[in-house]
Amino acid sequence: MSKKLRVATTSLAGCFGCHMSILDIDERLFPLLELIEFDRSPLTDIKHCGPCDIGLVEGGVCNAENVHVLHEFRKNCKILIAIGACAINGGLPAQRNHLDLGSCLTEVYLTEPGLMHGHIPNDPELPLPLDKVHPLHEVVKIDYFIPGCPPSADAIWKFLTDLIAGKTPELGHGLIKYD
Amino acid sequence: MLPDNEIRFDASGQAWLDQLVQRHQSRASQLLQILREIQEHFGHIPHRIVTELAQKLSIPRARIESVASFYSFLHLKPHGEYRVLFSDNITDRMLGSLPLMELMCQQLWLQPGKVSEDGLVSIGTTSCTGMCDQGPALLINGRSVTKLNHQRVQEIVQLIRNRTPLADWPADFFRVEDNIRRSGLLLDSALAPGELLRAALSSGALNVVESIKASGLRGRGGAGYFTGLKWEACRNAQGVEHYVVCNADEGEPGTFKDRVLLTRQPDLVFEGMTLCALAVGAKKGFLYLRGEYRYLLEPLQAVLQRRRNDKLLGTSILGQAGFDFDIEIHLGAGAYICGEESALIESLEGKRGVPRNRPPFPVTHGYLQQPTAVDNVETFCQAVLALHMGAEKYRAIGTAKSTGSKLISVSGDCQRPGIYEYPFGVSVREILRDCGAVNTLAVQVSGPSGVCVAESEFDRRLGFEDLPTAGAFMIFDDSRDLFEVARNFVHFFAHESCGFCTPCRVGTSILKQTMDKIAAGHGTRYDLSEVENLDRVLQTTSHCGLGRTACNPVLHTLKHFRPSYENKLKSLMFSPAFDLDGSLARARQMTGRNDAGAHLKEIE
Repeated sequence: MSKKLRVATTSLAGCFGCHMSILDIDERLFPLLELIEFDRSPLTDIKHCGPCDIGLVEGGVCNAENVHVLHEFRKNCKILIAIGACAINGGLPAQRNHLDLGSCLTEVYLTEPGLMHGHIPNDPELPLPLDKVHPLHEVVKIDYFIPGCPPSADAIWKFLTDLIAGKTPELGHGLIKYD
Repeated sequence: MLPDNEIRFDASGQAWLDQLVQRHQSRASQLLQILREIQEHFGHIPHRIVTELAQKLSIPRARIESVASFYSFLHLKPHGEYRVLFSDNITDRMLGSLPLMELMCQQLWLQPGKVSEDGLVSIGTTSCTGMCDQGPALLINGRSVTKLNHQRVQEIVQLIRNRTPLADWPADFFRVEDNIRRSGLLLDSALAPGELLRAALSSGALNVVESIKASGLRGRGGAGYFTGLKWEACRNAQGVEHYVVCNADEGEPGTFKDRVLLTRQPDLVFEGMTLCALAVGAKKGFLYLRGEYRYLLEPLQAVLQRRRNDKLLGTSILGQAGFDFDIEIHLGAGAYICGEESALIESLEGKRGVPRNRPPFPVTHGYLQQPTAVDNVETFCQAVLALHMGAEKYRAIGTAKSTGSKLISVSGDCQRPGIYEYPFGVSVREILRDCGAVNTLAVQVSGPSGVCVAESEFDRRLGFEDLPTAGAFMIFDDSRDLFEVARNFVHFFAHESCGFCTPCRVGTSILKQTMDKIAAGHGTRYDLSEVENLDRVLQTTSHCGLGRTACNPVLHTLKHFRPSYENKLKSLMFSPAFDLDGSLARARQMTGRNDAGAHLKEIE
């Protein structure tokens, strides 16, 4: 392949478990790096995304900053992939969805026993939480989904190499896991 | 109402339950019928009773709870002394059901779906109750109330507040009209009970099968399988017992012709079932009556008793030794899926109404895995007529591949909604003219799972050659928004999905969310293409016909009325399903922030 594909990755409301699974492709990272180069990613510490071929997003959308980052990815990536249970369904962080955000903040910052002179943080530097945690596809259009918590390194490898080879990615038996 | 832990369950309660279980011979296959009676007695199915029942029937509690939680008319928790369910078919909505429900909620200080704090009343919605020609309608403790208006709702509120027992409510509220607008050989039939049975007995069972085959009679439930072939296959199938089942679970929104047949021609229905029993060699038959038609139970039982007295049912029917047959009526409990024959059989066996894998088909492996002939109410009536007239005369009515007449349930925007009987082959336009429909935009033929026919197709004809139908005919004039019609149908499918297979359970819900997103003004072109993708998944991977047809209302209306979708879309490639900035409002309020970072714009 003449030109390397540019790939960006990020974790929103996730636990970086999916990124750990990306690293788990181990020595196959070397042949992979023959084919791609990383743009914005925790691996490169590049803070903002330039035009990319592929974006991998882990985690759901739980606050205003997540929305900004997701918009940046959608604007810059030709193909945007939701990776892992939280990105696809909201996952663990979405367990707060049946609670009112106001009572969550009140309990954590104001009424928790042993809390003196608590106040709800209101520094403009902090992103505001959304009232609900959303899966990525409810906020932007997502092109592909890799299920799993986390998806296995083999699944990620298969998916990326298919994509790079111009094939519609297919995760066969054994590679799709929903837990 | 008594809270669950305080239900009266003393010695007399124990005796009542014992008697109930004994009446059903302690058979677990009667579970649904037992639960329905418990629900009628207590207003819900108390925890304590579930425990007792599990012991008496020697089945696990979980089995009882799984059945009770499947059917929407059964409740494991108290649901109010008065349980009001507004029929939520599109035809009820067009007649103004939603404002009436709001009015009732307001006057009783109640939110839909919740039980009032004093346990007096709950108000909610239910799928079509089959009163489309005399709506808006509701069910109160399982009884149909028709022709709702402002005044009637206020009277109902007063009766509920005064805790007036249903038996003392004005009979007028519960009056169900037949509204027969056009009759034919079926509705005009004046055969004396037993007349045909006598003739059939003398000519012999085999002859019955051959005559039905020769008449070309096809099932009137929608699928149109040849009745004679079905009876023959059932007759030839090996089994310990053979069964006859009449499918009166008329759940397809917009259909109400079986209700009228069971009111006007019950003898024809039972005569048809008895003929079928003679033909296939059955000793036992079931009529599976939808729970919404609970009020028909006693009149139908009276007809059965009269037929028993007249030796038309029971042992040695009409003196013929060895010809024994009787019919039991089973009631459904609010599950559309039970109209599917294998789900219906599961329900008859006292289980959740989950469709079976087919094949094997019920003709070989039906009720209790025995050969079973399942036919629609109208089919049994038509079978009697076909035999009476003789194959040749019968074939002369209708078209080549769709013989005989068909009852059409007309509702929606027309002057004369009701039941119309036509020979097969009648055009949509003729029906519209006869029922006084003007400025018609579209007709939904055969219910939500059927076909949406637009004006350019009004010359299409009803019949298996072109437009197959189970009988529903809902008319929409040019004041209606076909997008809203499709959205109502999509909500219906999402509610009625039995939950067994993932494509249907999840797919119908995603479909509902997508339609709601478009209705809320968040929709994009992408969402329309998602509907088409979903349809592919549902059609190819669903377990039964419900999932396979759930996308039809949207696809058909998209085909004919695309602009009614498009004008609700944002002209963006994609838009979130919710208001991004609005979802920060709670956090802004809690932190007192209003800086630029405390707001979100949509992607440029």
